[in-house]
Amino acid sequence: MNRAEFREGLREGFPVIVAASPFGALFGALAIDNGFSIADAVLMSATVYAGASQMVGIELFGNHVQPWLIVLSIFAVNFRHVLYSASLTRHIKHYTPIQKFFAFFLLVDPQYAESERRAERDLPVTFSWYLGFALIIYVLWLVTTVVGAVFGQMIGDPKAIGLDVLLPIYFLGLVLGFRKRDRFLPIVATSAVASIAAMHFVGSPWHVSIGALAGIVLAACLPNSRAERQCDPLEQGN
Amino acid sequence: MDTVQHFDLLFVILAAAVATFATRVGGYVLITQLKHIPPRLEAALNAVPAAVLTTLVAPAFVSGGIEVAASMLVAFAVGLRFSTLRMLVVGWAVVMAIRHGIL
Repeated sequence: MNRAEFREGLREGFPVIVAASPFGALFGALAIDNGFSIADAVLMSATVYAGASQMVGIELFGNHVQPWLIVLSIFAVNFRHVLYSASLTRHIKHYTPIQKFFAFFLLVDPQYAESERRAERDLPVTFSWYLGFALIIYVLWLVTTVVGAVFGQMIGDPKAIGLDVLLPIYFLGLVLGFRKRDRFLPIVATSAVASIAAMHFVGSPWHVSIGALAGIVLAACLPNSRAERQCDPLEQGN
Repeated sequence: MDTVQHFDLLFVILAAAVATFATRVGGYVLITQLKHIPPRLEAALNAVPAAVLTTLVAPAFVSGGIEVAASMLVAFAVGLRFSTLRMLVVGWAVVMAIRHGIL
């Protein structure tokens, strides 16, 4: 373990917990509202550890949806993690099997986004940095779950205090972080239209997987800039 | 909550945890079966973050109500120049101002 890199991870994870804390608290509050005990809520935050899908899960459980359908919905909301882990593999080849286990267990949206950005800036995605970044988020996620569960009644209506806009704006910020990548605009436009259409015609949570696949398939099908450069002597000369 | 229902809840939580871990290791298992990554697959992988995260943003923009759409537009403009934290603060301020009749 490299302590300097671990501390750097902790420091860089701090803005994430500031953004995620309201959702941890909101999850805790909603969980109590849907018949969970505090221990149930903490168990879910500790083992599933995927905010949006936890919200979906408790909502469905509160509505007495069949267990297999709840698990399937959580799987669908988190299906994007298949893509994250495929993509992250390039940057963590040097991890030991145990380190890989923890890396994948802790692979949430900001963890993936920040690892990619780090690799993009040619910084190594060391296990020390990764664990520091992950641990501060994980521990605070559990703490805010408890806080929300205990003080749930005090939160009242999430809309009245504007909690509902924080999650989409937070994800919007993550999207903007990738705006320098190839084909950013067509990919975002395609995924946006496809996810809105899927939300309308198929329903949540499938809009996540359908919208994402539309953008990714588009990126794979568009003329490939790297292949073109290899065929084009003019551009090779630049 | 009675005992049967609570057993259901624990089952759902643990099954969801296993399903979620499967998604988090699934991509690794798939990708390590391949010897090298062809350019089109790499283009697809590079598109993953923007494509996925967009699906968590776009539906909220069209179905969250006029004040949510307005705050997201303002947050977008802020995000072109400033950090995510400032986006959150400004976007939250806009939605609160509209809901409480200040704007």
